Amino acid sequence: MEFMAPLYSAAMRMTRNASDAEDLVQETYLKAYRSFGGFEQGTNLRAWLYRILTNTYINEYRARQRRPEIEDVEDVEDLYLYRRFAGVDGTVSPSAEEEVIRAIHDDAIKSALESLPDTYRIAVMLSDIEGFSYKEMAEILEIPPGTVMSRLHRGRKALQKALLPYAEAKGLITPVSP
Amino acid sequence: MNESDDSTMSQHPMNATSPDGVDCDEAVHALYHYLDGELTDERRAVISLHLDQCAPCGSAAHFESELRRIVADQCTDRVPQSLIERVAAAINEEERHGN
Repeated sequence: MEFMAPLYSAAMRMTRNASDAEDLVQETYLKAYRSFGGFEQGTNLRAWLYRILTNTYINEYRARQRRPEIEDVEDVEDLYLYRRFAGVDGTVSPSAEEEVIRAIHDDAIKSALESLPDTYRIAVMLSDIEGFSYKEMAEILEIPPGTVMSRLHRGRKALQKALLPYAEAKGLITPVSP
Repeated sequence: MNESDDSTMSQHPMNATSPDGVDCDEAVHALYHYLDGELTDERRAVISLHLDQCAPCGSAAHFESELRRIVADQCTDRVPQSLIERVAAAINEEERHGN
């Protein structure tokens, strides 16, 4: 079934558990099947499926998870993680970069991403994992492109902040002065 | 410490406009759109030139793009076979009711 693997991964990041993710994917396919008549041939099938997935998650699953509807993230500076590794010359050496990437391997990224509020998590997922353009994301989320960009920007920075403790735990970083 | 100190690259030695006419803050600001492939060709060429000429900005761009690659790589889950079967069965069921 086309697109099922990426849709399932997206559903896992949204619901944060396998059982809800499976239900969400099944519902998405059923809704898509039922409303396929309304799908215009030649338009973006993948984006359309993600739109159904996202709307179904927001309308039916988020409420169940009892998370506040609007959660914000602290706004941090650009290149949050990078700045914490940069040497005095302002660059990160290839070996240091490799070390950071290795430190946040495994489950750290999933956990950090899943710790972000929905609004930001979904934006980061659609762009950095699924590779949708700003325009496609605007259609999927039914928001203006400017809002896409600001959610994405803040979401990515928040993700980097959430990843910092994993890098610190591996002893890679001495936290900057308090 | 004053948080606002972080708003410019604290360890970035080149705060002035570099020979390519792009200021580092401007390049960092454009970096996300650059990596997203959302700049015009003309703008892309300008930023790309700056990233090639400015070591800290070039290093930052590399770091950010590696980070993105690893995020995408790590966030994939294997679809359970039972789900594929379940969805196929549910759609078959729909089809039968529909016809």
